[in-house]
Amino acid sequence: MPLATADVIGILGDNLRLRKSVLPLSSKVTTRWTEGLGLPRGGETVLYTGMMYQLIPYIEGLVRAVDRLGDSWMGSYTKLGRRVNRLVNISAFMARPSAAERAVYDRVPIDVVHLLRRAGVRFGALYEDDLYSGALAYDLGLDEIVAEHAAKVLAAFRKHGVKQVITIDPHTTTMLRSVYPRILEGYDIGVSSYLEVLTEKGVAGNGHRVRPIDGEVVVHDSCVFARYEGVVDEPRTLLAAAGLTLRDPENAGRQTWCCGGPVESLYPAKAAANAEKRVAQLRAAGDEAVTMCPMCFVNLSSAAGSTMRFRDISEYLREAFAS
Amino acid sequence: MTALVNPGLADELARSDGFDADACMNCGVCSAICPMGVDVEVRRLFRYVLLGMEDKVRAETERVFSCLLCRMCEENCPAGVHIAENVRTLRHHIVRTGFGLGEG
Repeated sequence: MPLATADVIGILGDNLRLRKSVLPLSSKVTTRWTEGLGLPRGGETVLYTGMMYQLIPYIEGLVRAVDRLGDSWMGSYTKLGRRVNRLVNISAFMARPSAAERAVYDRVPIDVVHLLRRAGVRFGALYEDDLYSGALAYDLGLDEIVAEHAAKVLAAFRKHGVKQVITIDPHTTTMLRSVYPRILEGYDIGVSSYLEVLTEKGVAGNGHRVRPIDGEVVVHDSCVFARYEGVVDEPRTLLAAAGLTLRDPENAGRQTWCCGGPVESLYPAKAAANAEKRVAQLRAAGDEAVTMCPMCFVNLSSAAGSTMRFRDISEYLREAFAS
Repeated sequence: MTALVNPGLADELARSDGFDADACMNCGVCSAICPMGVDVEVRRLFRYVLLGMEDKVRAETERVFSCLLCRMCEENCPAGVHIAENVRTLRHHIVRTGFGLGEG
């Protein structure tokens, strides 16, 4: 028996309230990507991950664990599971990704650091104060818990003197840019995604060296970037400047088709079915696709198996502009 | 067959920012293009709210939480309804009143 909707939401909410993330991870795990980069702590402008890329391999592990549980004791005693979770972080025990799986996602913020430096941007990082944005909890309607959590994020920005945040993934971008101003009084933090910053800085121009990538790639737009934040042209501008020939699938740009990821935590079978439909659209347009959201990446890669290759946009851009 | 009607449900939800289910003209574009298809069918959910059929809304919990919030429907809605935010508002209502969750 799958975990009941209320219990899954309860566990996610408890985790955000008690441990500052829907899936709590140690700061050693969430800050591993910063090692050796020499990023200043805080400052007016910071690169902010919202833990999204770091969380994904653990969420994958958790989904696998919940799948495995099936009719086991926890399936029958989910309320006990929630009670236990309040005392012990059971989700951390259940999700154990390999070092190789973690490295795939840690690589993204590292690539972004090199790209921003190449574009001449000066910025720091918040290390252990780089908190989860609350995106999933907000989507699930846990508004009071998210408002309380958002205040902690803003306190971290104030503590480090942050005025401008550069985000990586679309979910953190929309939370910090469009949701926080509505739920936090006096919120005055400027927020741009690194794709917008790189486009504005003209990373491909201004005499910057480019190592063109010869090839074709199908663009999978993130729903949140395209329809919530209007980020449609920036990834295309950057990928084209990287030398790639871009192909649009049947649904593209503001009409993009969701990867299914948003319902993964509650209804994994529905998420997988939706991802399969999207993969079919993408495969009809080419053999390799680019994503710009970690949830899209994991859902589509998983649905495609070996039939199609997916890469995060940061990987192409790093190769072309900062290798 | 009986239905538990809460005549104040629509007003209660309308206090939330931007809840505008009453702008829906039930044309069906959202259902036609929804990636989740009949798993969601937001216009039916909105009718239940407008009719105050709270028990029906709760009975459709899986539909409410199956929405991807991807805004494909919203992008194509001829009435410009804030569909995703309406669904999120319904979730907030269910989480608080149905699941007893959500307090900070």
